[in-house]
Order: sequence, then structure tokens, then C-alpha cells
Amino acid sequence: MNKVKKTAPSTNFMSGTSNPRQKQRERADARFRWYGLAALGLAFAFLIFFFIDIIGQALPAFHQTEVKVTVNYAEAVKSNYNKAVEHKLRRVVSRAWLRTLPRYLAAHPDLVGTSRDEWVPADSRVDQYIKQHDGHGLKTKYQHIVDAMQKENRVRQVFNSGFFNSGDSKLPENAGILAAAVGSVFTLLLTMLVAVPIGVMTAIYLEEFAADNHLTRLIEVNINNLAAIPSILYGLLGLAIFINFMGVPRSSALAGGLTLALMTLPIIIIATRAALRSVPESIRDAAYGLGASSLQVVWHHVLPLAMPGILTGSIIGLAQAMGETAPLIIVGMMAYIPEPPTSILDATTVLPAQVYTWSTESLRGYGERTAAGILVLLTVLLSLNAIAVKLRNRAQQEW
Amino acid sequence: MSTADLIFWFFGGLIPLSAMAFFLARGKALTAENSQRLHSRPGFYGLYAVIWLALPALAVSLLASIAHMFHLFSVPPIMLLTSALALGGAGLWFALGQVKADFRARQSVEKVMRGLIFTAATISILTTVGIVLSVIFESIRFFQVIPIWDFITGTQWQPDTAFLIGAGRADESVAPPLFGSLPIFAGTFMITLIAMLVAVPIGLFAAIYMSEYASHNARGRIKPMLEILAGIPTVVYGFFAAITISPLVVDAAHAFGLEADYTNALAPGLIMGVMIIPFISSLSDDVIRAVPQSLRDGSLALGTTKAETIRHIVLPAAFPGIVSAFLLAVSRAIGETMIVVMAAGLRPNMTANPLEGMTTVTVKIVEALTGDQEFDSAFTLSAFALGLVLLLITLALNIVSTIIVRKFRQRYE
Repeated sequence: MNKVKKTAPSTNFMSGTSNPRQKQRERADARFRWYGLAALGLAFAFLIFFFIDIIGQALPAFHQTEVKVTVNYAEAVKSNYNKAVEHKLRRVVSRAWLRTLPRYLAAHPDLVGTSRDEWVPADSRVDQYIKQHDGHGLKTKYQHIVDAMQKENRVRQVFNSGFFNSGDSKLPENAGILAAAVGSVFTLLLTMLVAVPIGVMTAIYLEEFAADNHLTRLIEVNINNLAAIPSILYGLLGLAIFINFMGVPRSSALAGGLTLALMTLPIIIIATRAALRSVPESIRDAAYGLGASSLQVVWHHVLPLAMPGILTGSIIGLAQAMGETAPLIIVGMMAYIPEPPTSILDATTVLPAQVYTWSTESLRGYGERTAAGILVLLTVLLSLNAIAVKLRNRAQQEW
Repeated sequence: MSTADLIFWFFGGLIPLSAMAFFLARGKALTAENSQRLHSRPGFYGLYAVIWLALPALAVSLLASIAHMFHLFSVPPIMLLTSALALGGAGLWFALGQVKADFRARQSVEKVMRGLIFTAATISILTTVGIVLSVIFESIRFFQVIPIWDFITGTQWQPDTAFLIGAGRADESVAPPLFGSLPIFAGTFMITLIAMLVAVPIGLFAAIYMSEYASHNARGRIKPMLEILAGIPTVVYGFFAAITISPLVVDAAHAFGLEADYTNALAPGLIMGVMIIPFISSLSDDVIRAVPQSLRDGSLALGTTKAETIRHIVLPAAFPGIVSAFLLAVSRAIGETMIVVMAAGLRPNMTANPLEGMTTVTVKIVEALTGDQEFDSAFTLSAFALGLVLLLITLALNIVSTIIVRKFRQRYE
């Protein structure tokens, strides 16, 4: 108040005076606006840097090096797969591919005794060497061999389809995201089946049926608190209650899905309540006036109108559950899983947990696969969020 | 027959049977409606039949699983399955008999549905109880071995010998394990501090710009872009902090002639700050926009500049809301796990130098619970004690922020 009084007589904001104090205030005013712009600029600069960095790290993983070698389908290969290629090439071709040969030969007996030139996947170290990454770990001896092969056009890069249709592997060139992706789908389906109905029902209870009493207020406060509890504590709950007490198998999609469902519940409840609240009271009154019961009012009139909001909240909650790692690590979902799970009780891993497992591996070949896994995860999550935002914008209805 | 098969066949049987029950009962009611006037719409008789089919079957399976859980008795899966479905069948038969003109199907269905909805609402309470119980029980076991005072005030965290004692193989030569949590909390505090130093100025100024300067359209574009930052999974931030930011920090420190660990506290702190920016900006944006326009108009009419109005009028009015957003952000930073697991250190370290490696509460919880878990070893149990402290801190912050909002918000309304 004091300050304003002092400066008020000299203030003439219509035409900017030459008063030095006034100039100073105007400069401060402009500066303040720039602080805001700078803050946003910093945030967006980070976002751009982040995406360029991740994409730059991930892109090489979508190409896999192949080498052309003479494969010798001798009878002996059935017992010792190393005999299929020249001795010096044994560390150049992928061991994962070599291992499949005995079974391949058993399935194709007519090939026994023949030999031919074939494009086969290269070892991860060769792959990293060709991509000129630091720390590729390829010995000088093999570097010369690979250089020579490159001169003879016996090295090429192809699209890495194995990344999408195989599971985890101890050999980086063979590791893919299929098992983790299937695990994510299993876990999320369970989360959705548990969290969405319970969340929506809770919201309906609180918005439409609950009397204003202590129990209702307790539930409300409790839900707000649950929304703020760190996700890792849900992992402790899953471990102590679901796994140790109820006997749900560790690492299973069931344990992970239930844990994530409890974590997602508050998000869905809060979003659904907001959606229910935005449905005008007149709609309910009209339905009651026509003789509908309270359940009919909710089921036939309020829910359909609130549906877009509920869907948005559910999608956002599930997207968050899909990117969550910490509670799943606690319930053991970071095991080494090479095969996609077939039931909800099998040991399973999920995409973010797979990313975490790969990021702890020291071999250079896993680094780019980690980034590629991240890129896949981000693509799915950002599309989910974009769908949610689109839905929300379309659903914003004026009553 | 495995448990998975049992679950599969149970629900695989129950869902089509329920659909069948619905259409059977509704069909019967529809036929009855031709000759007489029923009390309820046919669909309610259908739902009534579904309830009588599903509830007994679910009750039997629930009873069996509870009995199995407490090792009271176990029923062969086939028997369980047939008895559950047989009971459901009996229920269906009874419900079909009830399709009569004077039977109030609507009232019965509504009663059950209300019960169902109420049960769903109590699950959130059960979740809280579950979290509290799971943390407290194991913590009590931990504090039976390790005195609570040593845990709170100790400055040494050396749990390596705990598993020997847990396995009963300890002798005189084994040094007792030390569970002093102070250095762990110091690390948590340091990383949280760095995160808030990043997130609060950027988030607050972004919120001020969005609410006070940006046009409606610009705001509609900026806000979703900022929220992308909140949509990025923490494991991705952790990877980014460990692979990209940590080496940058080390290089930058070298440029200034300083030594930095690759597990320095600065990298996870900075990235965690970035993660929290949208959290602070969204909440602050909401409270700043909730400040009545008349306050701004009054101030501007007195001849203040826009910046002065924001600094002296709008921000003080929005201050309780901003403080509450800040507290919620702090609790999120303290509980954040993946970023610190991947980018911070494992070694507890009490230091004020953010370039050194430090560890946090969440890192220690994850460390204790991955790999072999032995619930008789203080090392595994320590995770639950740390979890208890984490829970208490989060709840306290949340409650304080709620109180601040409730106490000060109505001043301008």
C-alpha cells in the first residue's frame, strides 16, 4: 500500500514517461515476463534434448548386422554346432543362431552334407563394431576379419525384426521385447479388469449414494492420501499381502496386476468423480421424475454422459500403471524371462522392468536395446496420453 | 489342475452361465408380460437371476480360497469347481421360479447392487489398511532385532552380516550388523533438495506465465506439452540420468577442477526436478487462476505494473495453494524410486557435496528386496522399516498440505 502511494503521482502508464523510477519498473515488468518464458523455454529445451538423445541412442538397435558365411551342414553339426562355420568365424557369427542349427538340421534332413553361402546374424560385438560404437569389445584379431569381410561385401545391415518377435536373451544380438510386451499386456489387462470396475463403483458410491457421514469422509480423505503414497509402498503391500500372505506366485502377472490395480484405483476414482459431478443435476431430476430408481438413473443417464471423462481418467491411470517399475521390482517382476508367459501365474516381466534389467547389463549391445525398449514404451504411453487428451477435448460438453 | 486352470475354468464357466441366466430369466419375464403386468421391467428379473447364480458360486470359491490361505482345509479343484457351479445352478433355478407378477425384482437387485457398490468403496480403505499392516508387522520384527533408537540415530549402515545372524550362523568373530539410517535419509534429503531447487523456480514461473501472460490458445498448447514430462516413465528418466546426465555432470565438474562420482547426487536430483516441474506448474496454475480477477483489477487500477501485481497481490493470495503443491511435490520426490535406483549410488554417505555418490531410502528398499529374500534376516526386514518411515513422512506431508489449503483458502472467496 505504502509503495503504491509513493509512486502513484508520477505514474503515467498511458505514455511512458522519462521518469527513471518508472523506466526501472517497466524494465522489471518486462524482465518478469521473460522469467516465465525462460522457465518454459528450459522445460521445452530439456524435452527436445531428451527426445533427441533417446532416439539417437535407440535408432541403431533397429538395424542388425548380418554376415555372409559359408554354412557347412555336416552331420557333425547335430552334436557340435560350432562345426557349421569356419573356426575363425565362430566368434563373428551369433552364437544364438549357431545354437539353433542342430534343431534346424533335424527338421531338414535333406540339407545334411551340403554347404552354402548364407546371410546370418552377426555377434553383438561385431554388430557394435560395425556401428562404430565405443566399447564394442571386439578383439583386434576379429576386427581384421570383419574389415576383410566388409571389403568383400559380406557384411550388411538389415531391419532388426528379432527385436520385436523374440524374448529376453543372455546374448544381446538375440534379445527382444516380445516376452515383456506380452507380460505388459497380461498385467495391464488384469489391472484394468480389477481397477476400472472397482474405481468406477467407488466413485458412484461417493458421488451418488453416500450419505454425508464420518465413513464417507474417511473414505474421501483416505483416497486422497492413497493418491499421494509413493508407488514403492504398493510394492511392499503386494509382497507382504498378495505374495507372502495370500500365496500368489512371485513374479506373476497376477501379483503385479493386483498391485498396480490398487495403485491405479485412486487416479480412476478421482477422475470418475469429477466426470460424474459434471453431469448436471437436472438430468437426474428428470429421470427420477419419470419413475426411475436411483440405480436406473445412474446406469441409464449419468454413466453414459460421464463416460468420456471416465474413459479419459482410466486411460491416464492405465498409462501410468504401464510405465510403473518400482512396485513391480518389489514383487519380483524383473526376472530373466526369455519366453512370453502363457498364464497369469507364470513368471512374467513387463516392458519397463525389461528396460531396467537391460540397463543393468554391462555388454554394450544391451545399451541400444535399452534405448529402443524405451522408445517403444514411450511411443505406446504418449499415444495413450494423446488419445486421452483428444477424448477429453471432445468430451468437454457445455450444459 | 493348476490354480491358473482353476481360475480360468471358474470364470470361463461363470461368465457364459451368467449371460445365459440373464437371457433365460428375462425371456421368461417377457413371455409372462404378454398375459399380465409384472412389477419390474424384464431386465431386472434377468439381473436377479444373474445375482442368484453368481453370488453363491463366488461365495463358495471365496470361502475355499480363504480356507486354503489359512491352511484350514483344501478342496480338490474339480470338486470346488463343480460344487460352486452346482450351487450357482440351484440359485438360478430358484431365481427362475421367482419370475412372478408380484415379485419386486427391482428392489432386490438394487439392494444387492448398492451392497456391491459400497463394498467397492471400502476396498480403498482396505488398501490403506493393507499398506499400513504390511509395513508395520515386518517393521516390528525388524525392531525386535535392531533397537529403534539405533535405527533412527545411527550413522553407520552395514547390514552385511545380518543374514548370518538370521540363519543362526553367527559367532563371536562376526561383527554385528549396523542399521543406522541417518546417512540414508541424508542422501534422500540432498536429492530431494536438488530436485526442488530445479522444479520450484521453473514450475512456478511456468505456471505464472501460463496463467497470467499466455493467451487462452497458447495455454492450451503449452500445458499438454509440459504434461508430457509427467507422462515419461521414471525408469526412462533413470536411464537418461545414468547414461546421459551423470557423465555430463562428471565432465562439467572436471572442467571446474572438481572430482565427481558417476553415481553423484546431482544427476538424479536434476532429472527428478525436471520430472516434478509439471506437477508444480499444473497445481500452481490452478491456484493462481483461482485468485479472483477483482484483486488484479484493483491492483492494476492503483497503477502497479503487471509484474508488481503478480508479485505483491496474486502470489500472496495463491500462496497457501502453492505451498501445498510444494509439499506434495516434496513427498513425490522423497518416494521416487527408479531414478535414484538407476542413477544414484548404493553406498550410504553423509556429505553435503552433491558431486559424491549418495544413496536414498527407496534405493535401500529395492536393494533389500531384490534377489534372495529371507524374512528372518534383518536385512530384508530393514526394507519394511524404511518403508514405514517413508509412509509416515508422506502421510505427514499430505496431511499438512491439506490443512494449509483448508485453513487459508477461503480468505478470498
